[in-house]
Amino acid sequence: MTPNLHLWLIPILPLVGAALNGFFGRRFSRQTVSAIALTFCGASFVMALWVAIQFSSLTLPHYELLAHWIRYGDFMVNFEFYLDQLTLVMLLVVTGVGSLIHVYSVGYMWEEGGYYRFFSYLNLFMFFMLTLVLSGNYLQMFIGWEGVGLASYLLIGFYFTRDSAASAGKKAFIVNRIGDFGFLIAMFLMIKHFGSLNFAEVFSKVAEYPVETAGIGVLTSIALLLMLGACGKSAQIPLYVWLPDAMEGPTPVSALIHAATMVTAGVYMVARSHVIFNHAPTALTVVAIIGTLTALFAATIGIAQTDIKKVLAYSTVSQLGYMFMAAGVAAYSAGIFHLMTHAFFKGLLFLAAGSVIHAVGGEQDMRRMGGLWKYIPWTFWTMTVATFAIAGFPPLAGFFSKDEILWQAFSSEHGSWVYWLIGVITAFITSFYMFRLWFMTFFGEYRGAEASAHAHDAHAHDSHGHDAHGAHGHGEPHESPMMMVVPLAILAVLSFIGGWIGIGGRFEHFLAPVMSSREVSVAAETASHSTETLLMGISILAAVSGFGLAWLLYYRNRDLPQKIAESLGGLYRTVAHKYYIDEIYAALFVKPLVEGSTDILWHGIDQGVIDAAVNDSASGARHLSDGARHMQSGNLRSYAGWVAAGGAVVIAYMIWMGVTR
Amino acid sequence: MVPLPYYLLLSGILFACGVIGFLIKRNIITIFMSIELMLNGVNLSFVAFAAQWHQFSGQVFVFFVMVVAAAEAAVGLAIIIAVYRTRETLNVDQVNLLKL
Repeated sequence: MTPNLHLWLIPILPLVGAALNGFFGRRFSRQTVSAIALTFCGASFVMALWVAIQFSSLTLPHYELLAHWIRYGDFMVNFEFYLDQLTLVMLLVVTGVGSLIHVYSVGYMWEEGGYYRFFSYLNLFMFFMLTLVLSGNYLQMFIGWEGVGLASYLLIGFYFTRDSAASAGKKAFIVNRIGDFGFLIAMFLMIKHFGSLNFAEVFSKVAEYPVETAGIGVLTSIALLLMLGACGKSAQIPLYVWLPDAMEGPTPVSALIHAATMVTAGVYMVARSHVIFNHAPTALTVVAIIGTLTALFAATIGIAQTDIKKVLAYSTVSQLGYMFMAAGVAAYSAGIFHLMTHAFFKGLLFLAAGSVIHAVGGEQDMRRMGGLWKYIPWTFWTMTVATFAIAGFPPLAGFFSKDEILWQAFSSEHGSWVYWLIGVITAFITSFYMFRLWFMTFFGEYRGAEASAHAHDAHAHDSHGHDAHGAHGHGEPHESPMMMVVPLAILAVLSFIGGWIGIGGRFEHFLAPVMSSREVSVAAETASHSTETLLMGISILAAVSGFGLAWLLYYRNRDLPQKIAESLGGLYRTVAHKYYIDEIYAALFVKPLVEGSTDILWHGIDQGVIDAAVNDSASGARHLSDGARHMQSGNLRSYAGWVAAGGAVVIAYMIWMGVTR
Repeated sequence: MVPLPYYLLLSGILFACGVIGFLIKRNIITIFMSIELMLNGVNLSFVAFAAQWHQFSGQVFVFFVMVVAAAEAAVGLAIIIAVYRTRETLNVDQVNLLKL
């Protein structure tokens, strides 16, 4: 008899918090609002921990039915909760990192307007994310999937009075809609072919199918459509464009939603559906290629960005690419491992970046920072840990997970040395742009004061963000309050040691029961141990050389980058403008859509046909009655005349009828 | 005994006189009297048919018409007096406030 864990409480608790703050928060003080938000989010985390403690005594996968939802013939969807190792990892990451970011937000958002609104949205996000993670079927997962999109939209557009924030929110929402379309169609196909959306039932049906090696069959279609959904949510090529713009939201939001949790939902979904993907090698290859290309592509854009949050945004896209690369070579555990460590160090990077922005009074342009390490030591040291972690220096978290992915990309049966090579190049670029950020922000002299003296000189990116912290004025950079520093410190510790649980494949063995269809063959690993060590050495070398190059260009010889950029000319401009992808999308998709809607649908059909039909029939009726109203002259005798004439007509008709009968 | 068509003819003439008077006269009282004339024309045809077919319902109906006509005369004359008091005229062509 398995105990009832009341898993439904985990998502519901933040929803209660969101409702309390959302409906009554306007009347609460800031202290009350933060207390409510932290209590309910923290309660979720405590419950997740409690589940983790009991975990070993459960029979897995643990399943809890809350209520029936849809019943139509044999087809049935329930509100149900599903717990296995994969869920547990996601659960702890989401509630843990989420709670830390809630704490941080209390400090970060203290001065901002709409305080209760922010925390209400944040709790709402937690509810939907936990629904997504805990769901036992695709439809309930889809609720969470759409819900996090909604929360993301609300939070990106949090400073809705700023036009750029409002349109960034819309962009995120609309681009995600394209992906969700794929997810929906995939679900329809599942209903059609498997008659169920429940994970266990779908996967057992899929297991009966043969592996689709050639052509695009049912499973490949489903897998590709799911991947389309994942591309939207997890910002992969071709749908990654919304994520950099999403940096318009407050920085804690970027950390929680657009780095640590929501954007990893796609990876989680692919890992969850690994049975389908394993039966569709073609789709798996597509996943790997998309992941690899995204990793490289986004990393190169990251080199030329000057907005500190934009660098991190492209870095996130790139790291998500790594996760998909892992999923694409059927090394789902490695992907989830990287997901977890990434949640630690990228969450930390964003929070630390927020702390930096806070310190310099809302400035986001790295060219106006510099020398900050002596002003904000806590932020500096935590960010240093995160930077070294993401760059892949051992023994920090990022090294273990990234190395695992690269090794799997090389050695897995679906892998290839091409993936590995691009992965290593990306690792080098990652290391380079992260240390570029690090050197530009923390070393050299503080350039903020000098820049504000002759303000708004040649800075092309001035119009960006600023998080409404600009009102602070521009004094000496100052360290953030304890509420912000403590989460930074905790995440720094996690970024440091978080990778150690993966040593010796322990993480994979933990997830192995979930990913049962492809057991990591320990024997093969040990056999090629020397190769693995060699590859590990190369990836460390890549990380170190990235550091070295950044040191050379942004510490030692700071005029050099300018010269290189000038000598590269057009190439540099292309990269700095993100390969003009936004412009290309605007010309290819947005403009035809907008113009077609305006000229054909609006002016042509709506105004020309629908409105015209209504207006013309109305004005026709008006003209007709305009003639008829002259009959009402107010003259009594003319009325009498009409009556008499009418009577005469009736009598004449009756006589005529009498005659003809 | 006078045959039925004579009565009907007289009834029709009376009714036509009423209609014509109603249409061409301008004085409200004259118009009112024309209405009475029409009613009585109809009454005549009722009693004529009642006598012809030996049915009492026609004669009963005449009483109803007379009652209605009496009530109508009371109300109508009251209205006429009210109109005269406010407009100081009995010419219907000048009582045209409902004109567009």
